[in-house]
Amino acid sequence: MDSLTLIAICSIITAGLTIGIGVLGPSLAEGSAVASALNALAQQPDASATITRTLFVGLAMIESTAIYCFVVSMIVLFSNPFWNYFIAQSGG
Amino acid sequence: MHLSPDEIIYWQYGFLKLNATIVFTWAVMLILVLSAYLITRKLNKNLHRSRWQNGLEIVVITIMQQITAAGLRKPKQYMGFLGSLFLFIAMANLLTIFPHFEAPTGSLSTTIALALCVFISVPYYGIKNRGLKLYLLAYAEPTFFMLPFNIIGELSRTLALAVRLFGNMMSGTMIIAILLVISPLIFPVIMSILGLLTGMVQAYIFFVLASVYIAAASSVTKPSSLSLKTPKPDKTEET
Repeated sequence: MDSLTLIAICSIITAGLTIGIGVLGPSLAEGSAVASALNALAQQPDASATITRTLFVGLAMIESTAIYCFVVSMIVLFSNPFWNYFIAQSGG
Repeated sequence: MHLSPDEIIYWQYGFLKLNATIVFTWAVMLILVLSAYLITRKLNKNLHRSRWQNGLEIVVITIMQQITAAGLRKPKQYMGFLGSLFLFIAMANLLTIFPHFEAPTGSLSTTIALALCVFISVPYYGIKNRGLKLYLLAYAEPTFFMLPFNIIGELSRTLALAVRLFGNMMSGTMIIAILLVISPLIFPVIMSILGLLTGMVQAYIFFVLASVYIAAASSVTKPSSLSLKTPKPDKTEET
């Protein structure tokens, strides 16, 4: 196996693992955030505007950790620095 | 498939490039500046106001209320920076409903520039409101050994601010591009509606986080120095 094939295999597997493992934590966190927000809504329906706004902001902040993983996997797949380096080497 | 609008190049002359990010940033700036100029050209205080003036007043008052809710006492001082930050990101994300528009916030260079503006404005407002000595002492806040961690936190939250906005906008366009290949009929429309919602929420989050950072750096009052006349003590509620 030459180095290009090796890099391709490694980056594809790593991208899948990155997004797969990285999504686990944020999804659990989002579930518990929504559950407790629904509890709060059931107890205090008057404060629904504040709760919903805070929930949306919190969800987006939690989601951003999953998005970091997505960005890393996209970089590994589409603009991999090692891949580009070896392509430039073999191309001359 | 391109990762960011930096890769679409319209015009190139040697070193100078004119890519889609710059062009659409100029377009958003042009829309914002022109509409602000046209609306505020004839303001009046009478009962008969134009529809546009009412709309702009709603926007400005809402932004001021949000800045106050984030913990900054005098919102007018921060209105120019934080308000235009929010309006720029929100307008850039909203205009994605037009075809062939690439949101400039989907490029890492734009979001890093915006995050650097926040990074610079935090010490600016902090020193302006607190004085240099008190601002610098805040870095050694609980104990002196926390100094490196505070500095690292300052840097990493800037990076997180930039990557959060970039990742959200980039993933929106990416998902639509992938879905167009798989099921081109109706499903991409739903995802683009979700993308519009995400764009507005991200603009709000960027704005709120910037105001919270500025508020943390420039809060002058301590609970002991408050006079009894103020009804509400120093509330540090997070939105």
